Amino acid sequence: MTAAKIIANEIKGYHRFVQFLIVLVAVGALASLARFVFGLGVTTNLNDTFPWGLWISFDVVTAVPLAAGAFTLGAIVHCFHIKKLEPLVRPAIVTGFLGYSLVSVGLLLDLGQPQRCWHTMVYWNPHSPMFEVSMCIMAYTTVLFLEFLSPVCEKFGYHVPLRLLRTIEMPLVVAAASISTLHQSSLGTFFLIAVDKLHSLWYNPLLPLLFWISAMCAGISIIIVEATMSHKYMGQPDEGELLETLAKILPWVITVYLTVKFFSLFALTQGPLFNRPGLLVLFIVEVAVGMVLPLFMLMSRKVREDGRLRATAAWLVIAGIILNRFNVSMFGMEAPGTFYYPSFIESLVTIGIIAAHILFFVLIAKYFPIFEHHPETVDYSIPDHFHKTEKGHAHGAAKA
Amino acid sequence: MSSENQDFNKTKAFLIDMTKCTGCRGCQVACKQWNQLGAEKTEFFTGEGYQNPPLMSEYTFTRIKFRDYEKNGQNEFAFYKEMCMHCNEPACASVCPVGAFKKTKEGPVTYDAERCIGCRFCMVACPFGVPKYEWSKALPLVRKCTGCYSRVKEGLKPACATTCVSAITYGNREDMIKEANKRIAARPEKYLKKLYGSEEAGGTSVIYLTALPFDELGFKPVTKRPLPSYTWQALRLVPGIFLTVGGSLSLLSWFNHRKERIAKEEEQRKSGATPKEES
Repeated sequence: MTAAKIIANEIKGYHRFVQFLIVLVAVGALASLARFVFGLGVTTNLNDTFPWGLWISFDVVTAVPLAAGAFTLGAIVHCFHIKKLEPLVRPAIVTGFLGYSLVSVGLLLDLGQPQRCWHTMVYWNPHSPMFEVSMCIMAYTTVLFLEFLSPVCEKFGYHVPLRLLRTIEMPLVVAAASISTLHQSSLGTFFLIAVDKLHSLWYNPLLPLLFWISAMCAGISIIIVEATMSHKYMGQPDEGELLETLAKILPWVITVYLTVKFFSLFALTQGPLFNRPGLLVLFIVEVAVGMVLPLFMLMSRKVREDGRLRATAAWLVIAGIILNRFNVSMFGMEAPGTFYYPSFIESLVTIGIIAAHILFFVLIAKYFPIFEHHPETVDYSIPDHFHKTEKGHAHGAAKA
Repeated sequence: MSSENQDFNKTKAFLIDMTKCTGCRGCQVACKQWNQLGAEKTEFFTGEGYQNPPLMSEYTFTRIKFRDYEKNGQNEFAFYKEMCMHCNEPACASVCPVGAFKKTKEGPVTYDAERCIGCRFCMVACPFGVPKYEWSKALPLVRKCTGCYSRVKEGLKPACATTCVSAITYGNREDMIKEANKRIAARPEKYLKKLYGSEEAGGTSVIYLTALPFDELGFKPVTKRPLPSYTWQALRLVPGIFLTVGGSLSLLSWFNHRKERIAKEEEQRKSGATPKEES
């Protein structure tokens, strides 16, 4: 059999849903090809009034906080040393790595001159939040890639690189958290320049801090949703007990977020808050349904212990953060009387990117030891000498 | 951002006296000629009023906006020449990730098409809505008024200022502001007693005199603070935050891991068990 035939047979064995995802990704790829053939003006609804649309609002500004699980959990597990959450770290890293890779794809499609993306590394402008974010995204994607190499090396039984990766694991976790802090917040700094454009419901000098805290909320919620779904649909182990711990941390982070949000709204905001009824509704939905409601839900033990309710609360937080990012980068930026909606091709590309994320996650979980990772077989104390890697660990992990 | 500590009084600036504008649009034509910009297919009344082209675009760096109003029972026109304001501290230059925009020492804010990656952050950032995009192209770039830098650096006036018979004066910024105030003082009944551009966005290289209130003519209400300072107040913290977060997390994890190692060693000593690897 040729390689192509083997792959074709393998794909035929996939679940219908996975095959459907492959179709969506292919359609998205074709749509993005159209952007390069016909130009941004024809294929998108962007114009001089709305220079940034769906691709920036979702593929970059929203996708980055949704991929924040890796750094949040890494810090919780390795720095704050809540070790029992360890089994959730790998899926989070895979999500993060996929998320950031796809953010880069989305960003490249949106650039007018994607072939010049290396210019950011040559012509530095430290005054630009965009410069800061692009440097961070490049650095962080590299960090996530290195973290992602662990399961790959385990799969193929490469012991020497595995030992090296184990050695640099802690520095990577710390680097991930610090780099993420910078670019998650700098995405908020983007909109500080839009002084007279972004509506004062969202414009305030603490926007970067709010973006950072809400990114952590998004990261934790994504992990809860992801673990619940991969247990339900992919037959992966039930991590309910660990998710309960996460669900206990989440309301604290939400409380901090809401405190800062209301403080900045009432103490630091200049300009009218109630002059645009449509925006006011969006703001209330975002805060009430997307933050306050899940906060109250998660404060009750019953919700935290019930898998379905817990996942519902996490979904609400995710929805709240998606709406928040759209409010800041799209709805709140629109001048009164103007309206932008994404074109057909823009939507196809974004759907393709989301589908690609799910597809690659399912495939990676299928072929690499992501969920089967058993931390009790691994010594995670900082190695004081180079003999810590257990012999035959890869096999041990695969067996267990 | 090459403009720190620059004395903006000596940079060149436009003084545009809208009360002297006749709406001939010679400036629009001169601009297209000097910058070799393509024509646009236009129709009457596709925009807000009599102006054509209806908006600034990749082909139109400046345009005269018409506003008709009634004065003493007579129909009158008032005008507004829309163009790049060449801010003293330009938002576009501060947000551009590759530093494609530059405030020159002569005054114009220039754009380097060789550097631009086409991210359109300048368009989001500009409070006056000046940078425009080549939406017709597959690999587009940004276009905007160059302040005729190629002419100015050779000692010439910009194309629009050269063509204009009455309304545009070009010279040192402090002289232009002085002249504007002199005109207001000489004919207070004719002018609005405010200048647009002397303080807007921290001061610009285009100063306007008008008879009608600014908002009626289509001038955008803009903050008086230089825009780059809004992002810089957050961005300047970046190195500090990086070191603080990195440092405290490193310390925290070092401490926690040490605690764990000591506990483990203690346990091993107590039970007298041999280390795992050797068992």
